[in-house]
Amino acid sequence: MIMKIAFSTSGKDLNALVCSRFGRADGFLIYDTDTDEYTVVENQQNVNAPQGAGIQAAQAVVKAGASALVTGHCGPKAFTVFAASSIRVYHSDEVPISEALQAWRRDALAEMHAAAVDGHWV
Amino acid sequence: MHIAIASGKGGTGKTTVAANLAALTEGDETVYVDCDVEAPNGHLFLKPELSFSETAGIPVPQVDPALCTGCGKCVEVCRFNALACVAGKLIVFAELCHGCGGCVPACPEKALTESSHAIGTVSRGMAGDLHFVQGTLRVGAAMSPPLIRAVKAKAPDAAVIIYDAPPGTSCPVITTLKGMDYVVLVTEPTPFCLNDLQLAVETVRTLGLPFGVVINRADVGDARVRDYCDAEDIPVLLTLPEDRRIAAAYSGGALIVDALPEYRASFMELLGKIRDGAGQREKGKAVRS
Ligand code: SF4
Ligand code: SF4
Repeated sequence: MIMKIAFSTSGKDLNALVCSRFGRADGFLIYDTDTDEYTVVENQQNVNAPQGAGIQAAQAVVKAGASALVTGHCGPKAFTVFAASSIRVYHSDEVPISEALQAWRRDALAEMHAAAVDGHWV
Repeated sequence: MHIAIASGKGGTGKTTVAANLAALTEGDETVYVDCDVEAPNGHLFLKPELSFSETAGIPVPQVDPALCTGCGKCVEVCRFNALACVAGKLIVFAELCHGCGGCVPACPEKALTESSHAIGTVSRGMAGDLHFVQGTLRVGAAMSPPLIRAVKAKAPDAAVIIYDAPPGTSCPVITTLKGMDYVVLVTEPTPFCLNDLQLAVETVRTLGLPFGVVINRADVGDARVRDYCDAEDIPVLLTLPEDRRIAAAYSGGALIVDALPEYRASFMELLGKIRDGAGQREKGKAVRS
């Protein structure tokens, strides 16, 4: 059973939109499905990273203890990190996190397996 | 004398100027070095016979999973985000690694060793009397500066060494420009080129190198590039007109100095001005960095 789910976002609460970018998103909202509480992890140091932003962001998501990620696009290198940590990645449009969460609970989000964008977006 | 031919923007005639200069300096031993490793095209005009080729690589860490404890110390050291540590395992993204060697000694378990990761090839040969060296970046390799350094190191020493620099103003250009005696910036008289020229001028000034400008297709645009050079006290070394025969020579892979001998004098004059400009700098210092 999944306990924590991460959303890429530039906001700080469930009304904020899911950010379509992963590696260079402003931060991640980590939602705990057991307690219905959430925390926000900043990703500032990666927004302007010249390379490898997705790799660092993916490690941050792993460290936050998430077992699933909801985002727009995720590059191949971040996928490698998620595959190694058995984290599942789901696609969402830029809708409020609360909506994406509902959709995820209904199992209505598509799981992503390969890279949705080419490398330098990572 | 180390001369770099650069431009803030691609497609302004940089290779045309570099290849024609190289072909011209007969008598003096001359080397043409193609540092535009992402798109080397000087060979199309100089048509060298390549007799030597070797793979250039950078030292990328390799992890021994039996020794790695997943402590993440190496990840903290890497400034290039080439390492990730998750679920007690280290992942190396070789294509992001700059080969800086920082991570290997940082591992307390001695789990990391260096192995060579190919980033491209360096080839060398002759085009008549001209020595020719070029680098070709491997498709998908992101790291051109180490390859450019390898290309520069393979250039034989000679009276005149002409470096065809990559376009732009980023690391690969700066790697090429290090150690130059003179830099020629090739531009066209359009607003886009002016903007990129200004960036290139800033870069060259930061590096403290003497430089001048060649204006290609000088009659197609407006006077702003010229005005800028005048206002900034930048010497305009040569202006080439919009000449359909030059374009025809270019697309046929011919050198201007061969196809249109009336331009020889212009290129000779350019070389003379470069010599004068570079002469003000002390000679014989090491270019290899
Ligand atoms: S050699 Fe340098 S760039 Fe490559 S992984 Fe190690 S620390 Fe990072
Ligand atoms: S520092 Fe050594 S032991 Fe620690 S994660 Fe890196 S390779 Fe593994």
